[in-house]
Amino acid sequence: MAVRDKSETERGMTAEAVQRHGSKSEDQDIVGRGSREGARLMRKWFSSLTEAARHDRKAAFVFVMGNMNEVLRCFDMPIVFPEVTALQTAVRGTSEDYLREAEDYGFSPDVCGYVKADIAMHLRGGEHPMGLIPKPALVVTTNACNTYFKWAEIWERLYEAPVVTIDVPNERAAHTRSVPGDENFKYELAYVTQQVKELISACERVTGKRFDIDKFREHLRHANTMSRYWKMLLALNQGTPAVFNALTDGLAYLGMANCFRATEEGAIYFKELYEEMEYRSRNGIGALTKKDGLDVPLEQRFRLGLLGVPCYPIFRGFSEFFSDWGGVFVISSYLKFASGGTSLGYEFDLDNPIESFAEGTLLTVRETQTGLLFDLPDIEDKLSPYRLDGIVYHGVKSCRTASSGLADRRYHTSEMLGLPTLLLESDIVDPRAVSKAQMKNRADAFFEGLIARQQRASTR
Amino acid sequence: MRYAAGVDVGSTQTKAVVIDEDRRIVARALTDTGANVMQAAQKCFDAACDESGIDKNAVGYVVGTGYGRYKVTFGDRQVTEISCHGRGAVHMFPGTGTVIDMGGQDSKAIRVKNDGEIIDFCMNDKCAAGTGRFLGAAAMALGLSLDDLGPVSLTSTKPVKISTTCTVFAEAEVLSWLGKGKAVEDILWGVHKSIASRSYGLLRRTGIIGEITFTGGVAKNPGMVKAMEEILDRPLNVSDDSHFMGALGGALFAMDHVVAAVQPARKEA
Repeated sequence: MAVRDKSETERGMTAEAVQRHGSKSEDQDIVGRGSREGARLMRKWFSSLTEAARHDRKAAFVFVMGNMNEVLRCFDMPIVFPEVTALQTAVRGTSEDYLREAEDYGFSPDVCGYVKADIAMHLRGGEHPMGLIPKPALVVTTNACNTYFKWAEIWERLYEAPVVTIDVPNERAAHTRSVPGDENFKYELAYVTQQVKELISACERVTGKRFDIDKFREHLRHANTMSRYWKMLLALNQGTPAVFNALTDGLAYLGMANCFRATEEGAIYFKELYEEMEYRSRNGIGALTKKDGLDVPLEQRFRLGLLGVPCYPIFRGFSEFFSDWGGVFVISSYLKFASGGTSLGYEFDLDNPIESFAEGTLLTVRETQTGLLFDLPDIEDKLSPYRLDGIVYHGVKSCRTASSGLADRRYHTSEMLGLPTLLLESDIVDPRAVSKAQMKNRADAFFEGLIARQQRASTR
Repeated sequence: MRYAAGVDVGSTQTKAVVIDEDRRIVARALTDTGANVMQAAQKCFDAACDESGIDKNAVGYVVGTGYGRYKVTFGDRQVTEISCHGRGAVHMFPGTGTVIDMGGQDSKAIRVKNDGEIIDFCMNDKCAAGTGRFLGAAAMALGLSLDDLGPVSLTSTKPVKISTTCTVFAEAEVLSWLGKGKAVEDILWGVHKSIASRSYGLLRRTGIIGEITFTGGVAKNPGMVKAMEEILDRPLNVSDDSHFMGALGGALFAMDHVVAAVQPARKEA
C-alpha cells in the first residue's frame, strides 16, 4: 500500500474543492467562509442523522474524547455525538424541558445535564430541536470521563446496544505518565492496540461488514490533515489580532472537528479554514462578531484564556459578558480536550495504521485529561505564547470532574503567575443553574480590575 | 464647591452618598429599593441632595453601583459594587487589605491594594446562605425585627449549631430548635455563627491580607460583627457608614472624574 504524503493528502481532495480553493482570494470571499461552511456542514450532519433515524438505520454512539471515528467510519455507520446533541438542546433554548423530563423519570438534579438532556431525548423517541437522532447499534466509550461509563450503560440497557470501552492508561500518580520510548509506554501501547482490534471485531459483528485496511488508511489520512491544520489554527491566535474567538468561533470548529472527524469534508474544511485564518492573520483581520446581521470586527482590548466548558444556556450572553468590554478569548482548554486532544497535531503513520492509530489514541485521549497542578496546559504557563491579560475559569454543576481543582488552578495562576483571574460557576445545559446577573456582576468587576491594571501599566 | 455622588442600588435597599472635593461625605440617604428600581435610585439621590441642601446641578458626576446600577439612568457611569466597596473601605480605613461585604442577597470577600484597586474577589454563588436573607429568614421564624437580631444574639449563653446551608430550610431548623425548647438568643447566636462560617469560607478563598473591613448592611448588626471577629480571631474595621460603603466608593470614583474635569453631558433624569 503506497502511503500518501502531505501534498498528496491535499491533492486527494475533490477537484471541486481544489478549484474552489484556488480561485478565490479576495476578502469578501475568504473572510467568514469558515463560519458559513461550518454552519452548512453542521446542518447537513444533523439532517443526515434525521434521515438515518427515519429509515431506522442505527448509529454508533461515541464521545468527543476518544471518538474512534477513524475505525467506525470504515463501517459506514452514522455517528452520533451525544455531547454535541445535548449541548445543542441548550444552545437552542430547549434544554430545561428535556432536563425536567429526565428528572420526572427519576434522574437526580445533580446528574450531569448532558446525560439527562440525552436521556429525555431518547424517551421522546429521538426528538431533537435539530431533527431526529437515530438509535445506537454500538456504543464506544473511553475512560476520559467517568460519566461516560454510566451513560453508555443506559443505552446498553435501553437498546441492548453493545458497548466497547477503550481503557486508555494514564498517570497513576503525579509525573508518572509514560512517553514514547519508555518501557511502560510499550506495554500501554500494546494494551490499547489490542483494544483497537477488539473494537474492529465488534464493528464487524454489528454491521456484518469486513474491515478494510485501505479504507482505514484513507480515514487516517483525512484525520491527519484535520489534526495538522487544527494545531496550526490554534497557534495562529498567538498573533495579534486574534483571528478567531476561541469561545464562539471555537464552538463551531469543535463541531466540525468531531462530527466530521476523519472525513474528506472535514479535511477540506480545516485546510480551507486555516487558509482563511492565515490570510486574515497576514492582513490583520481579527475575529468577527455579528452586529445587526453583519460581520464586524470584535474589539480586542484584552486577550483572555478560558478554562472549562462554555455556558450554553446563555451562550451569546455569556460571550457578551466579555466582548462588551473588549475581551476576546484567544485560547480555551475546551478547544483542546473537546477536540479529543487532536490539538496535539498527532499524525498517524499510514504504513503502520493499527498500531499508529492506537498510539495516537493513547496520546490524544491522555491530552484531554489534565491533572490539577502537575501538568498545567500552556494556557496557564507564565511564558504562554498566547500573551494573556487574564484567565476565566468556568466551573459547571454538571461536570464535577472538569470543575474540581479549578479553585486550586486559579489560585496558582493568580498567586504564582500574578495573572488576573475570574471564576464563574453555572452549567453547560441547565438554565436553572445559571444566574446571569451574578455572573455579569463578576465579569464586570473582573474587567474593572483589568482596566485599572492597564491604566497603571500605561502610566509607568 | 463641586460634588460627586454614588448611588448603590441593592437588592433590598438603595443608598446614595454625596461627597465634596475633599472627599468627605456631605450627604447620604437610604430608601427601600422596591419594585421600581429606577424610581428608587432617583428618589434616593434626590433625598440626599434635598436633605443636605445641595443643588443637584452642583453634583458633577454620578456613579451607579449595585445590582441595579444600570437603572441609575441619570448616572454617568456604572461600576460594580465589588470595586466600590473596595474603594470605599480603603478610603475609610487606609490599612484595609481585605473587605468582607454582607448585603441582602450576597456576600463578598474582596482583596484590595492600598489604593483600593481590587486584587481578587469571591462571592456566594446562587445561594443566599451567609447573607442578610439568612438573617431575615431567622428573624421571621422568631418573630423579631432585623434590628433586634444582633443585640438579642449577644445575650446567648448556650448557642445551638445551625447546620443547614439553605436559607429556606434555616427557617425550619430554627423552628425545630424552638420546638426542642432552646432559647431564642441561643438559636440566634447559632444563626450568626453559621453565617460567619460561610463568610469565613469566602475570605479563605481570596486570602486574608492586612486589616479586614466589614461593610454592607449586615455590618450594622453587632452580633454579626462579634461572630466574625470570633471566627477570624481579630478585630474588624466597622464604620457607622458601613452600609453606605458601596455608594461612597461610587462617589469616590465619580470624584475622580470631577477632578480630572472629565464631565460628559449629564443625561436627563
